[in-house]
Amino acid sequence: MSEIDIDKKQKRLKTNLEYIGVDRIDGPLVFIRKTHPVGYRELVQCIDPQGNVRLGLVLDTSKDIVCVQVFEGTSGLTMPETHVRFMGEPLKLGVSERMLGRVFNGLGQPIDNGPLPMPEAELDVNGVAINPTARSYPKDFIQTGISSIDGMNTLIRGQKLPIFSGNGLPHNELAAQIARQAKIKGGTTDFAVVFAAMGVKNDVAKFFVRSFEETGVIDNVALFLSLADDPSIERIITPRTALTLAEHLAFNKNMHVLVIMTDISNYCESLREISTIRGEIPSRKGYPGYLYSDLAELYERSGMIKGFSGSITQLPILTMPNDDISHPIPDLTGYITEGQIVFERGMYSRNIYPPVAGLPSLSRLMKDGIGEGMTREDHPHLASQLFAAYSYVKDVRNLASVIGEEELTPLDHQYMEFGEALERNFVSQKMNEDRTIEETLDKGWQCLNLLPREELHRVTEEEIDKYYGR
Amino acid sequence: MKGQIVGQVKRVNGPVIEAMGITNAMMLELVEVAESRLIGEIIKLEDQSAVIQVYEDTTGICPGDNIYGSGMPLSAELGPGLIGTIYDGIQRPLEDIYKISGHFIEKGIQVSSINKEKKWHFVPEDIEIGSLMEGGGIIGSVQETDRINHKILIPPGISGIVKSISAEGDYKVTDTVAVLETKDGDKKITMIQNWHIRKPRPVKERLPLDIPLVTGQRVIDTLFPIAKGGTVALPGGFGTGKTMTQHAIAKWCDADIIVYIGCGERGNEMTDVLNEFPNLIDPRSGKSLMERTVLIANTSNMPVSAREASIYTGVTLAEYFRDMGYHVAVMADSTSRWAEALRELSGRMEEMPAEEGFPAYLPTRIAEFYERAGYMKTLCDKDGSVTLIGAVSPPGGDFSEPVTQHTKRFVRCFWGLDRQLANARHYPAISWLDSYTEYLFDLIPWWERNAGPTWSDDRGNIMELLQKEVRLQQVVKLVGPDALPDSQKFIIEVCTLFKNAFLQQNAFDTIDRYSTAEKQMKMLQLILEYYKRGAEAIKRGATLIKLKQLSIYQDIVKMKFNIPNEDLKLLDKLMAKLERSMDLIGGDEWV
Repeated sequence: MSEIDIDKKQKRLKTNLEYIGVDRIDGPLVFIRKTHPVGYRELVQCIDPQGNVRLGLVLDTSKDIVCVQVFEGTSGLTMPETHVRFMGEPLKLGVSERMLGRVFNGLGQPIDNGPLPMPEAELDVNGVAINPTARSYPKDFIQTGISSIDGMNTLIRGQKLPIFSGNGLPHNELAAQIARQAKIKGGTTDFAVVFAAMGVKNDVAKFFVRSFEETGVIDNVALFLSLADDPSIERIITPRTALTLAEHLAFNKNMHVLVIMTDISNYCESLREISTIRGEIPSRKGYPGYLYSDLAELYERSGMIKGFSGSITQLPILTMPNDDISHPIPDLTGYITEGQIVFERGMYSRNIYPPVAGLPSLSRLMKDGIGEGMTREDHPHLASQLFAAYSYVKDVRNLASVIGEEELTPLDHQYMEFGEALERNFVSQKMNEDRTIEETLDKGWQCLNLLPREELHRVTEEEIDKYYGR
Repeated sequence: MKGQIVGQVKRVNGPVIEAMGITNAMMLELVEVAESRLIGEIIKLEDQSAVIQVYEDTTGICPGDNIYGSGMPLSAELGPGLIGTIYDGIQRPLEDIYKISGHFIEKGIQVSSINKEKKWHFVPEDIEIGSLMEGGGIIGSVQETDRINHKILIPPGISGIVKSISAEGDYKVTDTVAVLETKDGDKKITMIQNWHIRKPRPVKERLPLDIPLVTGQRVIDTLFPIAKGGTVALPGGFGTGKTMTQHAIAKWCDADIIVYIGCGERGNEMTDVLNEFPNLIDPRSGKSLMERTVLIANTSNMPVSAREASIYTGVTLAEYFRDMGYHVAVMADSTSRWAEALRELSGRMEEMPAEEGFPAYLPTRIAEFYERAGYMKTLCDKDGSVTLIGAVSPPGGDFSEPVTQHTKRFVRCFWGLDRQLANARHYPAISWLDSYTEYLFDLIPWWERNAGPTWSDDRGNIMELLQKEVRLQQVVKLVGPDALPDSQKFIIEVCTLFKNAFLQQNAFDTIDRYSTAEKQMKMLQLILEYYKRGAEAIKRGATLIKLKQLSIYQDIVKMKFNIPNEDLKLLDKLMAKLERSMDLIGGDEWV
């Protein structure tokens, strides 16, 4: 131990060393030659000629040269006059419950003219992997009041459920609606929203703030904003600071935290930017090969832990470039998250809000959180039946587009009506409409009433007797 | 050599470290980096420098930090106490890490893979003192769980005259249980041995693969069966049910031991297994499923290089149990994450990439991995097997990407998961058009012996019907269903029935979650008989509506839920009812 202590002491002495002048500046990266041994991922202060401190992180370290990524951008830095100070420890965030109701930049510094809240703990923003044996399996149903989610893609406390959207689709509205309406059946507990904006437009951020203010939840919301006109590099750290606060609130303060992260696509773009500047070998579409691991570092920071009543539920939003779900960003996200809510542009054009596509949307944790004692006993079979029937509707619609609707069999006509009813009455709802789970399920049965009884293979006889045709 | 400084850190780039001043290190040696003693492995040696991949987060490592040698390669510890444990990628028990560092996995934690304090009841084999024992020979056994009798093997490569063997009694794994007199002097044999994870354990010979691994999943066993000792790729885009299928096989297949490798996947999935398996009862032994399961969890947010190692750790454990004469099934979920780990490390080492950034040696590594499967005559003259079932996660669900394509070259069975089926919530979403098995002809004799003499014909008939249906569906898409004559519409009808009543299987239903070989065969025969008799009836003038309205139709649809594996006589009764009702239909029209 003593050897390590001496080692640490030496490092501490060296941390006060300030290097004047850097050797190369390339995009957001700064290179410094001939330093003392600098640790990988160590925090760096870069002092520009005006005396402002910018934060950075060591990306690559060797005996000869150290590569630093500067979060606040490198514009205005000069080679001879930039001072660099290595802090000897990773980037940490001072976290506190009092950060709720406040606005921060991507690095966790207040930008609402208020003072820095007194930190309750200093936490490494990179987080540490949760031991799988320490996790407790999420199974508490969250009622969002939105039928297409509650009924068919149920959100569970501790789940990570992204919204796959496109430009011009109402993903912000849906996320705000979920944040407003989310509640646990039959109970109120401490809840908080942590909002991380990465490269979104100013008015989008304003929209969320206004929406939180109007419903009076703003005091329970901490915002981390790295907007479109902020340096793109700051976006890399924004979700990490936000999740660090979320972990503190959930596992030290036992709160239920909903983390909204928008827009993951911008985050990935920044990652690509850095990777390209560093000359790394790209994999698909120029994104770095470690995109999967990097995204997993974010998304896996959700869930519940044994012995704690708090939880982190993640609702990341990503806009699919060109509405392409096989693009690396939605694709890799889908492999990590526990399902996805997919938006369909065609539905939105037909004035259906929320335009949740029936078939590609999925909630993986749904199976353990619904049914008797949690939602209602008919829920699992009803959802399965709705999916099966809706899937057939899609086939019938394709057929109709070729041979014309008149040529369809009477049964297929019934399916067409069912599909229409499902989209108009079940999926579609108002932006302030908050349906209970019973209302949602009853609406589902009303749609099934349009189909003949023999077609319902996935629900039991008892369920049909109880709910069908009412 | 252990604990000796072998060099210093020169450069840190993510999980890859360049080292300098290397004096006495060997290729693939296990090393410890810096004072926090992070575990790493030497993967390249050149002059005085080396490249080391580190299995933990390298934050804070500085140039100049010391590197400590261990004198041995990265090895798995093998001995009693493996079953029921959950390990990380380099075989550290996560439960023990939990005790030390709490909910989060801190770095530099050193825990023993196998509990060295626990005493096991050792029963020696009946071996005469003075007889010659070879590596792989059995000197005794330990009842590890109710189900698994753990044989104590002489490590491969050691042979000699038995000088002494301990009496029956309770021993720790590190206690000497036998002494062999070898060429190099006396060798103490304990219940624990180390094996280099990247090296296959030796066997006597490979045997032909002619016994199926019965998984209880109908679409697999009946349409695309796999042999014990075989290799399978299970590719599918996200949400198509790779993990669900792997879980279902891990639960209900007839292997003796399951090694489940969660490689770069979700943390909650491993938690799910940990919660669920201990409570599920294996229908064959009546014991908890956890008593035959070893878990390896290297979730997506755990260090990348340990993900690369986790696959080898898993298959080494499997080979060890195979050497005792067990049939082991290994689920690797997902091998794409392993390939991506290779790509990431290769990129950090600035190697020349081949396709999509993957290193040029990717196919070699995939081949090496799958070749560790097989049905073997072990060194102790027992039959044992390792079956490898590897999930593949192709980007964008596109099967033409490198990992899927190379995997296809080295596996003999392919279960392609279909997005359309998954969207319709048809699970398991194994496509009957894309999938294939090369084991079919080797396995037909077993099935005909154990399920029924017509198995091969029946399977052929239903496959043919499914193919016909595809062509008919194309016609329907162009001109609508009304253009088809009743006889062809009936084929579509029967295939729909087959998909709903047979292929689709509900993993959460207590009866439907697995079907015995016999039940599968009888269900298939019922559906084929319905087709045969129905087609005859249509020829005689019966209508489609009438056939569908028969109550037997609903009975067939619901048989998977209503008829338990133990009560197959009910299926015979259904068959009799089917014959009666079809006779009646014919009679009606005739008169």
